[in-house]
Amino acid sequence: METSSTKPDAPNVALFVTCLVDVMRPSTGFAAVTLLEAAGCRVTVPDAQTCCGQPAYNAGDRKDARAIARLTIEAFDGFDYIVAPSGSCAGMIKMHYPEMFADDPEMKKKAEAVASRTWELTSFLVDVMEYTPTDVRFDRHVSYHDSCSGLRELGVKAQPRTLLANIDGVELTEGDSAEVCCGFGGLFCVKYPEISTAMVDKKIDDILATGANTVVAGDLGCLMNIAGRARRRGAPLDVWHVAEVAAGIADETGPIGGDAED
Amino acid sequence: MNQIKTARFRENAHDALVDKQLQAVLGKFSDGFPVKRAQAIARMPEFDALRDAARDIKNHALENLGAYLEEFEAKVVASGGKVHWCRDAEEARQTVLSICRDADAKTVTKSKSMIGEEVGINDFLEDNGVEPIETDLGEYIIQLRKEPPSHIIAPAIHLSKQQVADTFRDNHRNRVSDRPLESPRVMLDEAREELRGKFLGADVGLTGANMLIAETGSIVLVTNEGNAELTCGLPRVHVAMASIEKIVPTLEDASTVLRVLARSATGQDMSVYTSFVTGPRRSEDLDGPEEFHVVLLDNGRTELLASELREILRCIRCGSCINHCPVYEAIGGHAYGWIYPGPMGAVLTPGLLGMEVANHHPNASTLCGRCETVCPMRIPLPSLLRKWRERQFTAGVTPVTSRYGLKVWAALARNPRWYRGLTTITSALLAKVAGKTGRLRRLPLAGGWTGSRDMPAPQSQTFMAQWRRRTAARKPGSRPGRS
Repeated sequence: METSSTKPDAPNVALFVTCLVDVMRPSTGFAAVTLLEAAGCRVTVPDAQTCCGQPAYNAGDRKDARAIARLTIEAFDGFDYIVAPSGSCAGMIKMHYPEMFADDPEMKKKAEAVASRTWELTSFLVDVMEYTPTDVRFDRHVSYHDSCSGLRELGVKAQPRTLLANIDGVELTEGDSAEVCCGFGGLFCVKYPEISTAMVDKKIDDILATGANTVVAGDLGCLMNIAGRARRRGAPLDVWHVAEVAAGIADETGPIGGDAED
Repeated sequence: MNQIKTARFRENAHDALVDKQLQAVLGKFSDGFPVKRAQAIARMPEFDALRDAARDIKNHALENLGAYLEEFEAKVVASGGKVHWCRDAEEARQTVLSICRDADAKTVTKSKSMIGEEVGINDFLEDNGVEPIETDLGEYIIQLRKEPPSHIIAPAIHLSKQQVADTFRDNHRNRVSDRPLESPRVMLDEAREELRGKFLGADVGLTGANMLIAETGSIVLVTNEGNAELTCGLPRVHVAMASIEKIVPTLEDASTVLRVLARSATGQDMSVYTSFVTGPRRSEDLDGPEEFHVVLLDNGRTELLASELREILRCIRCGSCINHCPVYEAIGGHAYGWIYPGPMGAVLTPGLLGMEVANHHPNASTLCGRCETVCPMRIPLPSLLRKWRERQFTAGVTPVTSRYGLKVWAALARNPRWYRGLTTITSALLAKVAGKTGRLRRLPLAGGWTGSRDMPAPQSQTFMAQWRRRTAARKPGSRPGRS
């Protein structure tokens, strides 16, 4: 049978781990590596990476944001693809790096080169590598949360659901407000904790209203916010990164912030 | 001027979040306008193309703002009207008052005008012996309650039916006190009866303008109640207040903007009433005012025009960004502390009041971007909010603690080796403190988080540390496998 596949053959992929995964949830990073390798990629983790610089960028500290972006661009130069287990960080590199160097043609060119090769993990797996999980089980009633940057900056919507649809045991129920912000917003959640808490409470209520006992998403910021609030409230909701679910390590690693029953 | 409480944003938000009545109203907010908008847009496949057209019209108008405003003025004068150019709110107030005094006005009927709110015209007229009477139902209700609007197209949306009924009972004293006031229809009829005499008795009618049309010198008024038509048609003098960016070049352009306006605002294909008003009554007209004035307000807009924030001047005040804003949905409009709430307000308010006065506005957003996706004029609201943050950071408006914390963090993030060292120690430590629970209930310097949320704890060592060990144990060039 002929196929129209344009799937690259064993591409060199650099993993942008993201600062939150690096520090808080290494298992998500390893899940990303597992998935990328299973999809046929050669994975490298450049040593000189730290953070994409979004906290500085969104706080209006353009100078530091540019310096961090420069570091990241240098560290990730020369790979076929740059993949991040986060729509937010991938969106930062892809959408904002080039515009940050609008007044510096040489850096802008480099930024654009890196941006054009940067992908959020699930969209890379599904859209570029045409990967779907096989023999993975996750016996859970799941609701998916679309993180804002992934959804609106990168159009990540169908891809994580495609992954979930190929995992045995997953019952997926979509809520009406899957696309509504969870209230994390980077520094927003600590600058305006009361508002942020009201937003995440609504998010949790909406998820529970679907009947799901588990929420899965592709960004650790949202997930830590939802998990942190769910645990404090005692809400019957477990929280995982989609990469861990798709890589089949979710049960082994346990939900973010611990089990609902704890 | 409406009292400015922008600096108390956090306190206002707190008050809103603990106000059960308000929360009950806000809880139903997302079932209204957003749903109707989505339905209206689904009926119109060319909507995105119309958005592009509307954006281009406004961009062109803004690029040639001076020329179009002068053309507008010439056409207004040619049709027998007058244009008053006002640099700021004070000039606008004085201009309106002097027109009222020339007309010997005791009462002024008003149809809804955000520019009227912006310059605080009601309080000013009242203080100077002229009684303003709001005739838009929502504005009428909040005028009785002495409250500012909580939404730019639905000023009383923060109120329940019961609150409105109570307001009517308290204020319409000439009526039987235990009359039934359950249904909105009954309340509407009562407000109509109260207002009818006022319409007939007013000396001056004060309206806003949704658009100004350069080629004809017309103003466009969009309402659902017909009150604007009575306001500009019955009194002897009609005054329209508008800010300078309301200009569009042609009638055709105005109709393009109208096609996206109501759909984005209320989900209607068209508002119930759309009026084009050109000049005072002509000799052959049966009715209409003898005088027609347009009060054109700048109030900081030319500075926005000349800045990187220019795109906010495309705003047509549909309220769609507000209707889709999760922050607005959580706290309502009053928390913002002035008259323009939500994303458009967060961009516009610092431009009108100053970024020190409105210091919270650009920051009280998660930059979720939902506003940009529904803006009919394709205003990149999150980018504009970020631009304000940059200005605040550069000017030192950002609080010192935030700046300092950010600088320390950025210094680390700029140095992978230090960064690695610190993250390795921190995550191992926090993982140990959390133990098996996987979370922390308290954390030094993280009260903003742990006040209401547990902090999921780091698992153990950082990814980078684990990865380095793993790759060191592996032959170079070999395919990594799962450990």
